[in-house]
Amino acid sequence: MRHIISILIENESGALSRVAGLFSARGYNIESLTVAPTEDPSLSRMTLVTRGSDDIIEQITKQLNKLIDVVKLIDFAESVHIERELMMVKVKTTDSTREEIRRMADIFRGRIIDVTPTSYVVEMTGTSDKLDAFVAALDADHIIEVVRSGPTGISRGEKGLHL
Amino acid sequence: MELNGAQIVVQSLKDEGVEYIFGYPGGAVLHLYDAIFQQDDVKHILVRHEQGATHAADGYARATGKPGVVLVTSGPGATNAVTGIATAYLDSIPMVVISGQVSLPVIGSDAFQEVDMVGITRPCVKHNFLVKDVTKLAETIKKAFHVATTGRPGPVVVDIPKDITDPRIKVPYKYPKKVTMRSYNPAVTGHKGQIKKAVDLLLSAEKPMIYSGGGVILGEASKELTELTHILGYPITNTLMGLGAYPATDNQFVGMLGMHGTYEANMAMHESDVILAVGARFDDRVTGKLAEFCPYAKIIHIDIDPASISKTVKVDIPIVGEVKVVLDQMLEAIKESKNKPNKKALEAWWNQIDKWRAVKCLEYDRESRLIKPQYVIEQLYEVTRGDAFITSDVGQHQMYAAQYYHFDKPRRWINSGGLGTMGFGLPAAIGVKLAHPDADVACVTGEASIQMCIQELSTALQYNTPVKIVNLNNRYMGMVRQWQEFSYESRYSHSYMDTIPDFVKLAEAYGHVGMLVEKPEDVRPALEQAFALKDRTVFLDIITDRTENVYPMIEAGKGHHDMKLRVAPGTATDRELA
Repeated sequence: MRHIISILIENESGALSRVAGLFSARGYNIESLTVAPTEDPSLSRMTLVTRGSDDIIEQITKQLNKLIDVVKLIDFAESVHIERELMMVKVKTTDSTREEIRRMADIFRGRIIDVTPTSYVVEMTGTSDKLDAFVAALDADHIIEVVRSGPTGISRGEKGLHL
Repeated sequence: MELNGAQIVVQSLKDEGVEYIFGYPGGAVLHLYDAIFQQDDVKHILVRHEQGATHAADGYARATGKPGVVLVTSGPGATNAVTGIATAYLDSIPMVVISGQVSLPVIGSDAFQEVDMVGITRPCVKHNFLVKDVTKLAETIKKAFHVATTGRPGPVVVDIPKDITDPRIKVPYKYPKKVTMRSYNPAVTGHKGQIKKAVDLLLSAEKPMIYSGGGVILGEASKELTELTHILGYPITNTLMGLGAYPATDNQFVGMLGMHGTYEANMAMHESDVILAVGARFDDRVTGKLAEFCPYAKIIHIDIDPASISKTVKVDIPIVGEVKVVLDQMLEAIKESKNKPNKKALEAWWNQIDKWRAVKCLEYDRESRLIKPQYVIEQLYEVTRGDAFITSDVGQHQMYAAQYYHFDKPRRWINSGGLGTMGFGLPAAIGVKLAHPDADVACVTGEASIQMCIQELSTALQYNTPVKIVNLNNRYMGMVRQWQEFSYESRYSHSYMDTIPDFVKLAEAYGHVGMLVEKPEDVRPALEQAFALKDRTVFLDIITDRTENVYPMIEAGKGHHDMKLRVAPGTATDRELA
């Protein structure tokens, strides 16, 4: 099963490599990993997407908690949460396709943020599924490149992951 | 008080109460060595190879419970220490390793003797630090000791760039009495509800087993474990790392379990209905084939490390906490409980265990005209009255020492169980002897293992650490040969050395006493003579039966009930019969 694990970690040099190293050393899957400082500059928030059986996920969360720099973590599979990923897609355009791509971006609530006579860059946020659907809806021949941030998430309601 | 970085390191070690530091100088730590030169409180032990420094510090730590401290230079000094760091990591030994690093401005430029020590050691340390600011140096060292010695202990590396120890830069010094880390709060007491559940299950058992590991020794919980075992009247087995936590000469002790455990310990584990695992981690050398491990048992697991619980074997009642505290909580709960152990069932269980014991799985050919390694360990046990500190290397000799030296006290059996590091024994013995100068210290080794850190014989002379080296010389890497015999149709691929040094001359060249022992009747007198030489390191080169194997054995992929036993116990080895 797919799990999104969100980690509050000391903003120290090497913190990212401790997490990434743990996954490679113990043979765990890692689908995506995002990291950035939080409102408290001494802490970073890391979101990682992994897959595994319940036993594996239990070990992953325990091993992550065992890292000295990890302050707290939450597995979003266990709670109601919101998940978003940012994507930017650069597509080739011609006079005949420009209008269609614009309409498609509108339908998916994307925005065109760069325009040249022969290309658009479409910016889009949403769940990973939605971004997949948009990419699938485009003609593969028109895609120049796709960049995705990997998902990040936050729990619903009042409670949050903080000190 | 204003101190420079180098002085801060040394003063921090003093304030931490460090007695010995095991190290080797080099460019990146010259400032540090200059500060060490100017004081006498922290004694520096100069080893001959950085691996020796880590093993000696490790031996010191295992024998005392205090953290071992190591100082190495950058680059090759640091990488040479890695094997010893990994050895300590796998056995959860508290250790602080200070490594020199190239100066901050040149880090990352492939400078002379530069390696990314923090990166290299990341997977084999509990934690590591790169110090980038001299004002944080003392606090970082305090944190290193705090992390290394609390919770599940382990090695911590503090990598210090050369410019941080610059003698010209002085900063105010104050060694923190305590540190708190918001991200690190190991559990201490066990969950009350879990303890009640565990006690109820334990007292309902008909075929109970207590299975205890190195965590009991690390957690100083031998007394509590022994009391609990006596109150319950249950059989107990120890892992290789747990030997000595419970007195081996006590009748409730059924021997070590696992790959080379006793028949009775492994069979009892297999048939048991309730297992109390204490400070043990269900290592693959203990469990054998996981699918066949303890098929009838409900398992209670006490461990300080939540990640150890249900890692390989799913347990029914986990209790996270310090073993000493949790065992105390359990003792109290047992005394308060209305239930008592089931006497009738227990009697039947002990009868069954006695039948397994009657197999006498550790018997060997006592009439042989060749020296049997088991006999040597038995004689060593008698000559030292079972009271020596025994270190070992890795292989057959290690298993013989574990099987035939009956450890009654914790911290007496010192070996690399997790990583299985050949070369560990001699430097570890030096560390032990420094910690306990009046105790008998023996290193049980083999002619292959001893050569991996033999240069430390020179350290033993310099610091007058008279240890006795019991070299079970079978002219083979015995354990490798044994596996090749069992699994590779006796194709002994590179498991012997065509050239073996004259160990007697070698010992003498290093300034020690060498003895060659070739006949069974000479073993006892040689050992007595060696231990009578209180002030000398003695190298006993004992020529043993090269065909001898370690039994019982659970071969890879088999369960506890599927042991290979010596054919016709007490008469001859199966090989001789064949």
